[in-house]
Amino acid sequence: MGNILSLTTFIPLVGAVILALFLRGDDEAARRNAKWVALATTAFTFVVSLFILFGFDASAPGFQFVEDREWLLGLHYKMGVDGISVLFVMLTTFLMPLVIAACWEVETRVKEYMIAFLVLETLMLGVFCALDLFLFYLFFEAGLIPMFLIIGIWGGKDRIYAAFKFFLYTFLGSVLMLVAMVAMYVQAGTSDIVQLLEFQFSSAPMTVLGLNVLGGMQTLLWLAFFASFAVKMPMWPVHTWLPDAHVQAPTAGSVVLAAILLKMGGYGFLRFSLPMFPVGSEILGPLVFWMSAIAIVYTSLVALVQEDMKKLIAYSSVAHMGYVTMGIFAANQQGLDGAIFQMLSHGFISGALFLCVGVIYDRMHTREIDAYGGLVNRMPSYAMIFLFFTMANVGLPGTSGFIGEFLTLMGIFQVNTWVAAVATTGVILSAAYALWLYRRVVMGDLIKEALKSIRDLTAREKWIFAPLVAMTLILGVMPWLATDITGPAVANLVDDVETARAEFAATTQVASAESEPATVAAPAADAEAGEE
Amino acid sequence: MISNDLSILLPEIVLSLYAMVALLAAVYTGKDKAATLLVWVTSALFVLLALWIGTGRGDEIAFSGTFVNDGFARFAKVVILLSAAAVLFMSENYMTRRGLLRFEYPVLVALSVVGMMVMVSAGDLMSLYMGLELQSLALYVVASLRRDSPKSTEAGLKYFVLGALSSGLLLYGASLTYGYAGTTQFEGIIAATAGGTSLGLLFGLAFLIAGFAFKVSAAPFHMWTPDVYEGAPTPVTAFLATAPKVAAMGLFARVVFDAFGGVVGDWRQIVAFLSVVSMFWGGVAAIGQRDIKRLMAYSSIAHMGYALMGLAAGTALGVQAMLIYMAIYVTMNIGTFAFILSMERDGRPTTDIALLNGYSVREPLKALALLVLMFSLAGVPPMVGFFGKLYVVQAAVDAGLGWLAILGVIASVIGAFYYLRIVFYMYFGEEKATLDSGMPPVLWGFLMVSAAAMVLGVINLFGVPQVAQRAAAALVDPVVVVVVQ
Repeated sequence: MGNILSLTTFIPLVGAVILALFLRGDDEAARRNAKWVALATTAFTFVVSLFILFGFDASAPGFQFVEDREWLLGLHYKMGVDGISVLFVMLTTFLMPLVIAACWEVETRVKEYMIAFLVLETLMLGVFCALDLFLFYLFFEAGLIPMFLIIGIWGGKDRIYAAFKFFLYTFLGSVLMLVAMVAMYVQAGTSDIVQLLEFQFSSAPMTVLGLNVLGGMQTLLWLAFFASFAVKMPMWPVHTWLPDAHVQAPTAGSVVLAAILLKMGGYGFLRFSLPMFPVGSEILGPLVFWMSAIAIVYTSLVALVQEDMKKLIAYSSVAHMGYVTMGIFAANQQGLDGAIFQMLSHGFISGALFLCVGVIYDRMHTREIDAYGGLVNRMPSYAMIFLFFTMANVGLPGTSGFIGEFLTLMGIFQVNTWVAAVATTGVILSAAYALWLYRRVVMGDLIKEALKSIRDLTAREKWIFAPLVAMTLILGVMPWLATDITGPAVANLVDDVETARAEFAATTQVASAESEPATVAAPAADAEAGEE
Repeated sequence: MISNDLSILLPEIVLSLYAMVALLAAVYTGKDKAATLLVWVTSALFVLLALWIGTGRGDEIAFSGTFVNDGFARFAKVVILLSAAAVLFMSENYMTRRGLLRFEYPVLVALSVVGMMVMVSAGDLMSLYMGLELQSLALYVVASLRRDSPKSTEAGLKYFVLGALSSGLLLYGASLTYGYAGTTQFEGIIAATAGGTSLGLLFGLAFLIAGFAFKVSAAPFHMWTPDVYEGAPTPVTAFLATAPKVAAMGLFARVVFDAFGGVVGDWRQIVAFLSVVSMFWGGVAAIGQRDIKRLMAYSSIAHMGYALMGLAAGTALGVQAMLIYMAIYVTMNIGTFAFILSMERDGRPTTDIALLNGYSVREPLKALALLVLMFSLAGVPPMVGFFGKLYVVQAAVDAGLGWLAILGVIASVIGAFYYLRIVFYMYFGEEKATLDSGMPPVLWGFLMVSAAAMVLGVINLFGVPQVAQRAAAALVDPVVVVVVQ
């Protein structure tokens, strides 16, 4: 099983090719076949990926299941997972069958729809497995194409604007990262992520356009990567594409977007920004902290006044991603473990919430909150499930949402108490918007005429929610299932980052000590000392 | 000696003789009735010559340095010949149906290809100019092939007038260079610039580059491109967009490296400027276009900007990147023009983008192929077009031109918009306007092969980078030797 990662990654693509080549016609039978093939493919992928999870040695910090082949000049086709990425692979393979099951009611261009999701799964898995800079970039960027089509073809009323905004926004962020990657390749002479993790990028101060840049090359590279991942994440203030994309995307598209695609940004921070540019992360860390804190408070407030359910949940996603970025750049064990945990838990919870919206949207064809009310009278099971995930979204202890928020807040508290204080208000605000949403949609009397004949969850829908409920509860009660896997890799990462930062602090001190007696001799060090 | 020199020139001689014999034979026999046959034969001959040239090895120099046949020239010639063969082959059906197929067409294309082959092999300002003019004169005529159409004639005339202006600039630069270097041979010029350029030589260099910029249609010398692309018959547009661009880029690289390779710093700024302006103007101006031929004109301007970025690096890596980029660009354009040639409504050719509305519903496969080509042109991975951009960006960063790389990728985002718009019409558009559904098998084949190459190339780019590396080494490395002396 030496190539199990490639196997897992490319099974969906094979499924897509089979669909494209062998499925003809657009009658009822063809549509059903397309759905079954897609479901079987994703389920099979999940089964294969279980071998990765069970074969993974959690106590070892390095990369496992590594495959390495020569690719284009100097680049490598290299795949591998470590404690940080393996759970994202599992998250993707776990959610995809549910996503396919969630679009069972789609009737237009079903074959293409299934192909788009299968291709997207391959690309998402590739992102989490790639161990070569450009291979990563390839998967990372290529994911835009199927998502662009999913939003644009099967989306809502303003789908075209949303699709273009989604594509161009994320594309602009990513191309800057491409230049940074090329610069890293030129400097380090390799595009192998494992070797780059050990490579020390220069943190000597340098002058760019007359500005003295503290941390030099590392800071610049960090900024370029930040441009890409912050858009993908998304962080305030570059989050504006997300509500549009979410609102216009079809339900399954929203689920993939919220549950998996957003995690690529966080994964990028964990894989590149923090370990490769520890000094850059330290220098710009406060910026991230405050951006995250603002994101949490601001987007929670914005969520409070939304009239569209999907938009509300989209803003809540941005707020929850704020905890993630905060935890990552706190750069301690709790913060990082919490960030990974929060991403996994958000994958289940936000996915489920979008599915909840999808359930009533399928029935009523509107997402306006005002169009609903009193659903509990006719949809008791739905009310239960929606309540459960609303509570999980708020971060009720016992659900996975609580662990993630608590750990990240604990991580950031050790680094910056004020940011932690501001961010904690987000917990209250999230309770406010989530519970208010629940009250307006589900509680009360059923007075709207149109709702009087609404049906409760079908068996199919219940089966989609069941695994999500289970995962949210299991991770909420037994968080060590995840943290045991991430722990060693994170501990290793924290060690590396602290060593690099200590070295940087030492050199800076030496430089400033030298510059005191002889100010003329070391102008660069002098300028740096001046900034401190 | 002479026989040896001539044997090096043999492919060019064969092609010129063929062109003249074909002209006479057609005149004395069936005239336009022979045209179809001539097209097949000419395409076949191009392919044969490409195979012949492709198997050559080593550096060959003829007529005391006037004509250089090295790895670089061979790479460029193979790309030129193959793309010319493909375009000629594609155009037969279109031109026959429109009654445009005259026997002069393949003959003129053959002559212009001879000119291109001489251009990329030039080792002297004289042979350079001869090749350039042979190519250009043939192209002026083909651009106005549709004699009774005002637009086509206008295209030909515009092309001629502006082309003549650019030739004038180039000649002025060449004479300045000759005046200050004392020789027209590239070897002599590089020796003369060993200790830096004099002001006169610098002027000569600038005018030469301005002339080349006209030929590759780099902004701000691009004004003729959209009008000529729009006015010329579509097969001719396809031809203009492919082979002559490769030839002109090859010539550009030949001159700046073989003649001015010792003073990279002097021309790098100019080339970098051309590159930035082309990338941005090509991207911004295309946004408003509704005619797919004009859109492709601006697209080609932007693409030339990226190729120039590789050249601006001034290194072997840069030339390699430029060659890879051109090879990829030509492949993408052949596929796209195969599609454009097939665009018809009620049996009449059309170039209106809006007619692509809802195309993916009726023609899923062709729409998918065009989607792949559009994303490839936009430089989105995993399509091969992305690797072209990756190589030029790498060359630029490697040469310390990080700012150029950053501007380039930002321009590519602007460019992505209008490629996406074609996808938008095909996939998101309402089903109302209709293109005719048929497509000649030849065009279908080229479209599919080109699209498949854009996807499958991700595996190893078909070995093009390795070949381009050798070709770039042949162009750049001898220069280093001269500089050391």
